[in-house]
Amino acid sequence: MANDKPNQPQDESRRRFLKYSGTALGGVVLGGVIGGLVGANVKQTDKDETAEPGKSGTAAENKDYNQALMFFSQDQFTTAEAAAERIFPADDSGPGAKELGVAFFMDHQMVSQYGYNARDYMLPPYYKAEETQGYQLIFKRNELILLGLEAMNQYSNTKYQKPFAEIAPEEQDAVLTAFEKNETGIKDFPATNFFAMFLNLTMEGAYADPLYGGNRNMAGWKMRNFPGNQMSYTDYIEKEEFVKLEPLSLHDHLELG
Amino acid sequence: MATKLPKVPVVIVGMGWVGGIIAAELTKAGISVVGLERGKSRDTQDYYHVHDELRYAARYDLMQDLSKETVSFRNTMKMRALPMRTYGSFLLGEGLGGAGVHWNGQYYRFLPYDFEIHSKTVERYGKSIIPENVTIRDWGITYEQLEPYFVKYEQMAGISGEKELPSNIGQMSTPFATAAMKKSPAMKLFEEASKKLGYSPYVIPSANLTEPYKNPDGIERAPCQYCGYCERFGCEYGAKADPVVTVLPVAKQSGKLDLRTHANVTRIIHDGKKATGVTYVHTPSGEEFTQPADVVIMAGYLFTNVRLLLLSKLGKPYDPQTDTGSVGRNYAYQINGASTSAFYEDREFNLAMGAGALGSSIDDFNGDNFDHNGLKFLHGANIRFTQTGLRPIQYQPVPAGTPKWGAEFKKATIHNANRVLSVTGQGASMPNRYHYLDLDPEYKDAFGQPLIRMTFDFEDYDRELVKFIAGKTKGIADEMKATKTEVHDSIKQYNIVPYQSTHNTGGTIMGSDPKTSVVNNYLQMWDADNVFICGASNFPHNSGYNPTATVGALAYRTAEGVQKFLEKGGSLV
Repeated sequence: MANDKPNQPQDESRRRFLKYSGTALGGVVLGGVIGGLVGANVKQTDKDETAEPGKSGTAAENKDYNQALMFFSQDQFTTAEAAAERIFPADDSGPGAKELGVAFFMDHQMVSQYGYNARDYMLPPYYKAEETQGYQLIFKRNELILLGLEAMNQYSNTKYQKPFAEIAPEEQDAVLTAFEKNETGIKDFPATNFFAMFLNLTMEGAYADPLYGGNRNMAGWKMRNFPGNQMSYTDYIEKEEFVKLEPLSLHDHLELG
Repeated sequence: MATKLPKVPVVIVGMGWVGGIIAAELTKAGISVVGLERGKSRDTQDYYHVHDELRYAARYDLMQDLSKETVSFRNTMKMRALPMRTYGSFLLGEGLGGAGVHWNGQYYRFLPYDFEIHSKTVERYGKSIIPENVTIRDWGITYEQLEPYFVKYEQMAGISGEKELPSNIGQMSTPFATAAMKKSPAMKLFEEASKKLGYSPYVIPSANLTEPYKNPDGIERAPCQYCGYCERFGCEYGAKADPVVTVLPVAKQSGKLDLRTHANVTRIIHDGKKATGVTYVHTPSGEEFTQPADVVIMAGYLFTNVRLLLLSKLGKPYDPQTDTGSVGRNYAYQINGASTSAFYEDREFNLAMGAGALGSSIDDFNGDNFDHNGLKFLHGANIRFTQTGLRPIQYQPVPAGTPKWGAEFKKATIHNANRVLSVTGQGASMPNRYHYLDLDPEYKDAFGQPLIRMTFDFEDYDRELVKFIAGKTKGIADEMKATKTEVHDSIKQYNIVPYQSTHNTGGTIMGSDPKTSVVNNYLQMWDADNVFICGASNFPHNSGYNPTATVGALAYRTAEGVQKFLEKGGSLV
């Protein structure tokens, strides 16, 4: 894995970035430095090609002690992972939600300000809203997701006599579709709200910077040739041809003490 | 009991573009200024780890904390307004630099037509062309009068642009400060297609610096790196002009600016004719202060400007039933939704690369640059292709009819990630008698004060505009050598959920009639001559353009007005 290489000179790139930015504020042009920096980073990552993004994951040699659950129970995690995989499945183009760590991303987000709606207006009163007025539930996102995962299992158990994670992929798709279209028949449950949030979280988990627990090894970015966090494209912006760059993450810019 | 502070010549409420510009101009002239900003301080170093789409774009790190204050919304007066509980349609800036930190840097002077929209429309077509309830009016200032102030902003910010501009937009007495942005291959496709159709494309004028630049105040900045993280992000290079890297350092260096962050203004104190200062809460301590001043300048985002006037009972609140009063009148927005996507099977573009203001546009269908006879709308749209840096969480392009999730979705979104170019229209928004801002009767902020309430909807004339402009975007896209194109030509009701634009305007509009406008053409309040209110809240309508150029020009105009007022007092008009 790219971030297992202890000798990668990330500190160096960070120092050069600081130097560049500091100088930039002083008004001196350093286009050459930035070009050199991008080039150097590309070379570094080229050396790490043996990492093979698709092959990492849960294998013992890749055991990651920084990865465990902050919020979900084991069952909730398994359900979320199975559902996310149907939304963003592994295929020829690359890994799916499971291998990307999307369910870990969701788990971690649920204890963040986002999961607790900490920066949302949550004061009463609550009224039924028109569609144009947006989310008006007293429920927090991390309450909604638990209800939703439970409802998915309830629906699956009723219809297929098995929990969601154990039914066939086509059956899982049928369950998800019922939630998407609010056709679950489960009373007083905002299935459409839940599904929209879950879909959103799945895409975020596939494509957010790996620091949040998903997009493992930047494989989400690599699939669509997204270069991640680069310092400069000045040398490429006018180019006619498509430029493929090995992606860089925020970790690549962190100065490690 | 509020602690009363020593009186100062000028207090400014809000330290974004407007507050920053006015603070710089006044302090350079030797006038002492207190600047009150309710958010935190910021500088370029805060953005070294800014390339984080989740934190900044999806979780709105730089935006106002809605748990403390939001806006309530309804489409019509018949509905109950409900609070915007989470972000969607527009994003409210907070902290030093305000929305000036997270903008894209697209810089358009409004058209000469905009400032005299009523006279020019009536002159060409007669009154009958104005749709029912549309309340367009002249701004009380002309393009020619405002021109020198545009120049000031351009030189300060180092605005880049082409030497020669099309003849159908406002002409410039002084060329742009720096050379135009680089042209990407996709921009060239847009420009070639537009020219083939007889239109006049030009590179979008930009506040993302294109070369090292030293402005007239001696502030030096380095150029944009086309890194693709502008809108919703701060610039780690200081290349994107924002108040923190341009005007605020000048004000600070003067030694005349007393800048106070975490200072949330709750009232303008006045006797009905003059203001005597403001009251604010220092939010970390909860302590309340009164800041007396000779001049009070409101420089917040439009919701703050309008709300503080209404909470302070200063000026006459607008009443749509009787069509009287002025504060809250003519709320307008941006009519987006007209666009055409061009799909390329045979090539990919470097769409992750870009800059907030990288793009090309035409104004052949903006303002009154085309004949409106037989059309059921006024004004038009700037039609553009922009390459702002597409990021994967918020951009998953698929052809129409693709499922929203699952195997087929994934395949399509990955295949198309770098294969779609969008030609879009940024439509003008006409004011309407029933679109306005007032205080919400039910919902309160964290201090127990009423929220601002927005009543706004899209009207038939907006839908007509979108349909017409969409046809033009398709015409261009069809000439861009794509495999196929898909047009989007309809909008329904205004919906506060999907992001559309942070170009909200109106509420403290400028004009020459004290009955229907809040400020005169020096942005001086009719009802209290020592109160100046400046921002997009002054716009009587919104043009088919991004607003910052015109906001910036008005801020320079205000600064001049305040100096004149301090010298001789009284009404400036």
